[in-house]
Amino acid sequence: MRPFKYTEASDAAVATRAVAANPEASFLAGGTNLVDLMREYIAKPNELVDIKPLAMSQIRPTSSGISIGALARNTDTANHPLVRKDLPLLTMAILAGASPQIRNMATNGGNLMQRTRCQYFYDITMPCNKREKGSGCGALEGLNRMHAIFGHSKDCVATYPGDMANALYALDAVVKVRGVDGKERSIAINDFHRLPGTTPDIDNSLAHGELITSIEVPKNKFAERSYYLKVRDRASYAFALVAVAAALEMDGDRIKHARVVLGGVAHKPWRSAEAEKALAGKPANRAAFEAAAEAALAGAKPLSHNGYKVDLAKRSIVVALERAMGVTAND
Amino acid sequence: MDNLEGIDLEVYGEASISSDEERILDELGIHGAERRQFLGQSLSGAVGLFAFHLLAKEQALGAVEISPEALYSPNAGIENAVEVAFKVNGAAQKVQVDSRMSLLDTLREKLDLTGSKKGCDQGQCGACTVIVDGKRVLSCLTLAATCKGKEVTTVEGLAKGEHLHPMQAAFIKHDGFQCGYCTPGQICSAVALLDEAKRGEASHATSNVRKQSSGLKLTDDEIRERMSGNLCRCGAYPGIVAAVKEVQSGARTAATWHFATEEEIAAAMNTEVKVDATV
Repeated sequence: MRPFKYTEASDAAVATRAVAANPEASFLAGGTNLVDLMREYIAKPNELVDIKPLAMSQIRPTSSGISIGALARNTDTANHPLVRKDLPLLTMAILAGASPQIRNMATNGGNLMQRTRCQYFYDITMPCNKREKGSGCGALEGLNRMHAIFGHSKDCVATYPGDMANALYALDAVVKVRGVDGKERSIAINDFHRLPGTTPDIDNSLAHGELITSIEVPKNKFAERSYYLKVRDRASYAFALVAVAAALEMDGDRIKHARVVLGGVAHKPWRSAEAEKALAGKPANRAAFEAAAEAALAGAKPLSHNGYKVDLAKRSIVVALERAMGVTAND
Repeated sequence: MDNLEGIDLEVYGEASISSDEERILDELGIHGAERRQFLGQSLSGAVGLFAFHLLAKEQALGAVEISPEALYSPNAGIENAVEVAFKVNGAAQKVQVDSRMSLLDTLREKLDLTGSKKGCDQGQCGACTVIVDGKRVLSCLTLAATCKGKEVTTVEGLAKGEHLHPMQAAFIKHDGFQCGYCTPGQICSAVALLDEAKRGEASHATSNVRKQSSGLKLTDDEIRERMSGNLCRCGAYPGIVAAVKEVQSGARTAATWHFATEEEIAAAMNTEVKVDATV
C-alpha cells in the first residue's frame, strides 16, 4: 500500500476542501472497497480524509419520502423499521450483498461509490482501461462469463457489482451531493453511474471533492409488491450473475406501474424501460411477465462467454415479478 | 545492502532478465545501482513475471516514498504515524501505527493478540472477524487509525478466565472445526450473530422483511446465510451450524462425538480382530 496522510474530518466543509485541494486525496468511509483496492496498488491515494466522524448517518421520514444518510451503515439502513416497512426492496437488496461483517462496515454513500470492476481490473499484470487508461481490455476477448450484456464498449465490459443501487434505481432515488463551494446539488440516481464508453476509468458523475450527503427515496406504492432476486454461483457472499429488482403497483387486477432493474448485466444498474412499458396496463400474470422479459432482453449483446445471461435474465425477471406478486409456487 | 556481498551480480544480472521485466523496471524508474540491487534481491530468473512485477513495484514505491524526515522523525521511522487509544478486550491500549496498518496487523503485531487470523487479507474469508463496538467487522479491511476510542473484542476476550464462552464450548462439543484457522473468526462472527438475532435483524434468508420482531429463533438456513461471511476450507460447516444453533436456540442437543473413555479404550483393545477365512 502506498503511504498516505490520514486525517479525520471535523466537518463537511473542511473535508471537501481537503480532498478538492489534492488531486490524489480520497474520502474514507467504511473502506471495504477502497482499502482493498489500495492494498492491491489499484487505488493509490496519498491522503485519506476520514469522514466517518461527520453527522450524516440519520435515517428519517420527510414530507416527500425517506431521507437516508450517506454515512448510515448498510446494516442499519436495511434494518431500520421505516425502511423495512416502506422500502422492503431496499432492505432485500442490501441484505443480498456482501457479508454481515462487510455490511456492518459499509456506508450507503460508500456503497454507491464502489468501483465497477472485474477480475482483470484487480490483476495488475493484465491490461485494463479502467485501471490504466489505454492499456486495453483483458476481458473483451478473455474470460468474460461474469461480464456485461448491455451498454458495454470495446474499452470496458465490466459490470457494476453492487446490489443496493439496483433497488435505489427502481425506487427513483435522488443522491444529494455537497460541492466544494458548499452548495448542494441533486443527482437523479439513474444519472449517478456511467456507462464505460471511451472513459471506463470514470465510474460516476461526481467531481473530485464532491461529497454524497444523503440519498432521498420518494414515497411509492411498491412496498406490498416488490422483490429482489439475486442469482449467483454460490448461495451467498458472491457477486450476481444476474440480479433483478422488481416492483409492481396495481390498479385493481391491472398493473399500474412497474419497475424492473437488472444487476450484473452492465457497467451500471440497468433499468429496463422496455420491460416496464410492456407491463403497464397488463394483468399480473405469467404471460405478461414473459413478454416483459423478452422486451427487456431484446437489445442484449452478449460476449463470447456470457450468452447464458440472456436466458438467465429472462427467467429471473419472470421469477422476480412472480415473487413480487407473492407467487412462490415456482420456487 | 550488506547481504548482497558475495553474490555474483553477473549471474543474476540484467543479462538474464526478459524484455518484459526490463520494461517493468524502466517504467518504475529503477536504474543503475538501484536496479542491480533489486535484481540481486529478487534473484532474477527464479521469480515469475507476476512476482517480478510486484517485487519491482514494492521496491520502487519504497524507494520513492520514504523521506529523510520520516526516517529521523521522533516516531522512529513510522511514516504518517497515527496515535490510537482504544480498548481491546476490556483493557485500555495506546499504540502508534503507520496510517496504513490494519486493525488485524495491529492486534497481531503490536498487541500480541494472534487469535485473529489473516486468511486472505482482502475481505473475502472472514478469518480476521472481530467485534468493534458490538458489531462484527473485518479487521483486515479496518485501518487501525479509524479505531480511536472504540472497543474491540477478539476471540481472546470471549472466555471469562478458564470459563469458555458458550459459543466456544459449543464449537468443541459439535466438532465445529478441523484445522482451526478460521475458527476465531467463526466464533466472533457467531457471538455477534446472537445479538443480531436478539435485536430482530433480518437476513437474505428472511422470508418477509416487512414482518418485524425481536428475539428471533434462527433456522439452519438462516444460520448458514448469517455465517456466510466466514469461509471454512476444511468444510466443518455442519458442526458450525449445530454449534450456533444450540447456543442460539438455548436448547441443548446431543454431541455427535466424545473422547473415548478408559473403559471404551480397554474394550477396543480386547476385541479380537476376526478374519473372514472365506475372503
